[in-house]
Amino acid sequence: MATSRFELTRVPIVKKVLVSRWLQWSLTAITLPFFLLVILAGFLGTPVGSRNFGIVFVWIVWWALLILLMLPFAGRLWCAMCPIPVAGEWLQRRALVQPREHARLYTLGFKWPRRLNNMWLQNVAFLAVALFSVVILTTPFASALVLASFVIVALVTSLLFERRAFCRYLCPVGGFIGLYSQLAPVEVRVKDRALCATHREKICYVGSDAGYGCPWLVFPAALDKNTYCGMCTECLKTCPLDNVALYARPFAADLSTNKGRRLDEAYKAFILLTCALTYSVMLIGPWSMLKETAYAVGAPGWWLYAIGFLASNVAIVPGIFYACVWLGKRIGQAAISTRQLFIEQAYALVPLGLAAWAAFSLSFVLTNFSYAWQVLSDPFGWGWNLFGTADWTWTPYFAGGQSLFQFPILLVGLIGALAIALRTARQQRISPRAALPPVAFCVIFTLALVWLYV
Amino acid sequence: MSQKHRVAVAAAAALLIVVALLVPMPMSAAAPQTHSIVINARAFAFEPSILRVHRGDTVQLHLESLDATHGLFIDGYNVDIQAEPGKSADVTFVADRAGTFKFRCSVSCGTLHPFMIGELNVDPVFPFARATVATLIAAIGALAFFWRGG
Repeated sequence: MATSRFELTRVPIVKKVLVSRWLQWSLTAITLPFFLLVILAGFLGTPVGSRNFGIVFVWIVWWALLILLMLPFAGRLWCAMCPIPVAGEWLQRRALVQPREHARLYTLGFKWPRRLNNMWLQNVAFLAVALFSVVILTTPFASALVLASFVIVALVTSLLFERRAFCRYLCPVGGFIGLYSQLAPVEVRVKDRALCATHREKICYVGSDAGYGCPWLVFPAALDKNTYCGMCTECLKTCPLDNVALYARPFAADLSTNKGRRLDEAYKAFILLTCALTYSVMLIGPWSMLKETAYAVGAPGWWLYAIGFLASNVAIVPGIFYACVWLGKRIGQAAISTRQLFIEQAYALVPLGLAAWAAFSLSFVLTNFSYAWQVLSDPFGWGWNLFGTADWTWTPYFAGGQSLFQFPILLVGLIGALAIALRTARQQRISPRAALPPVAFCVIFTLALVWLYV
Repeated sequence: MSQKHRVAVAAAAALLIVVALLVPMPMSAAAPQTHSIVINARAFAFEPSILRVHRGDTVQLHLESLDATHGLFIDGYNVDIQAEPGKSADVTFVADRAGTFKFRCSVSCGTLHPFMIGELNVDPVFPFARATVATLIAAIGALAFFWRGG
């Protein structure tokens, strides 16, 4: 990696915490009770979302932490503490903290199908959830049902397949986090790849008494981007050569190279970008008919919405971008295939996409965060007042001034997108003029969001 | 382009963005008007949901609720009224800030309550015009900065 980076694990306390077997257990011990309360409140509590802990804490508090703090600054940190797969993982390991002998896993041990060794299923899963998002975001029962179904699928997957197959290949949020974690200024990487090459045992992949082989099915020495690293730090625990470390690095360092860019990941970028715009129009805009149509699942209008939503995500937006890339290829007289250029230029949408999600999230998080104080005292909406905050009134934070945060974030995302588009052209050894149409796409997309938010 | 030139480009773009966002704009010469607007609130919509006035105009809002208790809170104007069926609410204010402001239901009224949103446009909508110019400057600056490297 050509980028400069600092080894955080040189700091003794950081190293001590990261190699502790109690780390992940402690993190999930915090998140799991909240998650159980979310599920219970969803199933048993009030159907009014803004009065239900399940809706407010998942889609406002957790979402804000994920999009605005964890993802941009800590990458996949959430995956290290996510409560969804822990039941399956604990069953698979038959252990909570210390591994059994040789880190044995109790599973039927099926290998994940090679053809599905990509992000396509996560793309489909995300679209499936996104299609019903207006219901899931606002209806406690539906939200709890979806989260509980994730737990069940994760549990079954971990009993059938080795390691965290659910997180790696199925989790709808996992693909989202994976793509945008490339922007984070931290990474878990090996210190010296040559040393790994000479080490035959590959303990970091197969596991040992000290810890499990990479639960994410990644050989750490081959890791060159954050997308598939769950930051569980098992490799730091198991490496007998002390050759794995946590690094601080520049933002978006994974996108400094065009190595390993793939169509499934490119499509994830399109889906996430399109969804961010769709939600911004549908949920934050003043057009109530759109919201009502998206909410009325099964009604004739909803089918039209579903077709439009899916078509936008899988055909229209990628199609427009493909046309931009094709035009750029003509302008730049590039010898590379349009398909390859399309895949590689799509990574310019990663910073823009995260900026779009941050802008969208700020608009409803700041407006609705004060509901968190109410549901903290009355999680089920049953009239409790546990901490004396149940009667705190709804107070939109920074009302009328949210664009002061949203606009700079969008500008940073746009500048990042342009930097990556031009760098990709250079790496392909083609004229930077080839990047101009994709750049125009990014500018127009940003202006659309500016129109919605400013 | 040398590193020195690139830094100059970045600094110039940043300066122009600040100018675009902050430069004083001329006030409208039109005489202020008074708008009396009836807004019907129902789950989960305001009708009309888009209002347009000029800066300096006086706005008289009359909120009627057609089903349950609904509120109307206007971002940036600190206006907050509540109405229930048969019991409407009124508020009068001067639209002294130009731009686009969301108004939203301020009383939990059901599933889609957080997204029961309307829009008050106070012309001239300078913030959007300024932001558009700033975005284009940022794009041109970024192109110049990253064209040959970076």
